[in-house]
Amino acid sequence: MDTFVQQLINGLTIGSIYALIALGYTMVYGILRLINFAHGDIYMVGAFAGFFIAHGLGFAAEPSLVGFAITLLGSMLVAALIGMAIERFAYRPVRKYARMTTLITAIGVSLLLENLGVVIFGGAPRSFPQLLQNQNYTLFGNAAISKSQILIFSVSIALMLLLQWIIYRTKVGTAMRAVSFNLNSAKLMGINTNLIIAFTFALGSALAAAGGVLTAQYNPQIYPLMGIITGLKAFVAAVLGGIGNIPGAVLGGLLIGAAETFVVGYGQSVGIPSTYRDAVAFSILILVLLFRPAGLLGSTVQEKV
Amino acid sequence: MPTFVKRLLFAVLVIAALFALNAMLSTQGLFGFGLDDYYGRLLTFIGINVILAVSLNLINGFTGQFSIGHAGFMAIGAYASAYMTVYHAPGWELALAGMVGADAAHVLIFVLAIFIGGLATALAGLVVGIPSLRLRGDYLAIVTLGFAEIIRIVILNIDKVGGATGLTVPGYTNFVWVGVFAVITIVIVHNIVRSDIGRALVSIREDELAAEAMGINTTRYKVLSFVISSAFAGIAGVLFAHYNKFLSTADFTFLRSFEIIIMIVLGGMGSITGAILGAAVITILPEALRQLPTVGLFGQEFNFADLRLVIYAALLIVIMLTRPQGVLGTREFGMNWLRRAQKRPEGDEAVGADTGVSIAERDTTPTADPVEEVKNK
Repeated sequence: MDTFVQQLINGLTIGSIYALIALGYTMVYGILRLINFAHGDIYMVGAFAGFFIAHGLGFAAEPSLVGFAITLLGSMLVAALIGMAIERFAYRPVRKYARMTTLITAIGVSLLLENLGVVIFGGAPRSFPQLLQNQNYTLFGNAAISKSQILIFSVSIALMLLLQWIIYRTKVGTAMRAVSFNLNSAKLMGINTNLIIAFTFALGSALAAAGGVLTAQYNPQIYPLMGIITGLKAFVAAVLGGIGNIPGAVLGGLLIGAAETFVVGYGQSVGIPSTYRDAVAFSILILVLLFRPAGLLGSTVQEKV
Repeated sequence: MPTFVKRLLFAVLVIAALFALNAMLSTQGLFGFGLDDYYGRLLTFIGINVILAVSLNLINGFTGQFSIGHAGFMAIGAYASAYMTVYHAPGWELALAGMVGADAAHVLIFVLAIFIGGLATALAGLVVGIPSLRLRGDYLAIVTLGFAEIIRIVILNIDKVGGATGLTVPGYTNFVWVGVFAVITIVIVHNIVRSDIGRALVSIREDELAAEAMGINTTRYKVLSFVISSAFAGIAGVLFAHYNKFLSTADFTFLRSFEIIIMIVLGGMGSITGAILGAAVITILPEALRQLPTVGLFGQEFNFADLRLVIYAALLIVIMLTRPQGVLGTREFGMNWLRRAQKRPEGDEAVGADTGVSIAERDTTPTADPVEEVKNK
């Protein structure tokens, strides 16, 4: 029982990170029908931005909650700006073309960020500074939760609630929903669609950066290619929940995080080696899509003739 | 001249050219003209990539089903054949050599390896294709990607084929093998596209519902095109394995699948010559960028060769921004290319350039395909 709770806590920790990144995928897809393959690399950029902010402002030497908050917000801001720049200079010019073109552009941006990362930061992993004194709290029995895990839970829940508020309670959120419903109609209604799309990228990128800084508190190794696998799994999470669907992205992220941890934790006893960890997300995805082709919470769109 | 004589002559010419190139790549050279090993490697990889790109174009470009799992199928072909050549081939080759001679035995064994690799991959394509091809668009894309990654991770866990440490494979492939199979792939895909099957595939790409309404069994044709495409990916895998002489699952990640997609999008989706061009460009480009000089700028030394991957990615974006339909679009490059290009009715090139669901803002582009425009109204 203790190990089960422990595994669940660990799984949900990773899951909340996946969920934060998946939100960006799902929002961009909802609006542009674009798989933004560069999103995983924004997560990497966010982690590195946090690294330099923490070192530059001296938070690395003295752990404090204020330092953590500034690092988090700073890296979210940097990532938001980069996300908007990518949208403006790479995606907007190809938006009107076939989807393959936009997709290859996205792959190009992803490769560009990764390789720029390798050139600028070097390929070797760096150690992200601990921004808060870490501490373990025993829950019951032997199950424990660390301070960084509490931090990941609380920050990601806060961000998700904030996102929910932005999308359903503010004017810009209403505009986002309108654009994702029908871009051209939204434009006719006087919505500045370019601005809304840029805002969506900023929002998604900021969430990914938050994911990057939070992950780095839990697992301090950061390197330029860290976004590839995490980004892919977050994308799988978004599709699993029903791409374009915001609660679906969160559900998908948590599910995949938990499933992965359970395979590593319990797989050995039923004959699944832990090396299958990376295959779990895809297996779940394939199984779910075979029975629910639009994802768990997605609605199927009837095709018009 | 009768057509079959023309074709025969053409085939003889192609094979002669391949052998001539192969001789130039060997140590003796051809009449004193030799090519460096480096170029041999480059040419061989171009050939393998041509097989991959042309076969992927069948499912992605002509059938319009977005698959990003080609690397997974390549891996199946590579590992299935390597299992045979590593564990069984030496004995069989020895036995065969007694009957038909050593050289013939060598060739026969590799033919068998290619057959096994192709067959195993075709079967895998069938198993993956039947459930996945019920999905459409991006869902199909992510599922094929998922299958490819699962295949890779499963292979990674089979110790008999090397697992994480990799597998040393005997070298059977030379340039002639790659060239012959590249030509076979091109001819077969070209003939399929020109046949009634090809018409059915293109009609699925243009409008799946309409194709179904016209009595085309869309599932059957989609799976067929997927299986053929996978089988060739498997053959490319066999050739790659026995050329590289070392197999590691790191060669078959989804980045490899992306690379093949980049080739066909760059050359033009739905164009065989475009796929060949794309394969050549994407193979040569990273190598060519290695030759970039070191330049002193702002009082600092900049080694552009170190930046080659950055430049490669930036180039990719720039090409997509300036030539979004690929270099050739859906057209084919050939002798009568210029003549035909002139005769084309207006807007014809755009058919098939827009596959999939309507994208944001498409209606606002004045150059949009007239057929699509009518549909959107």
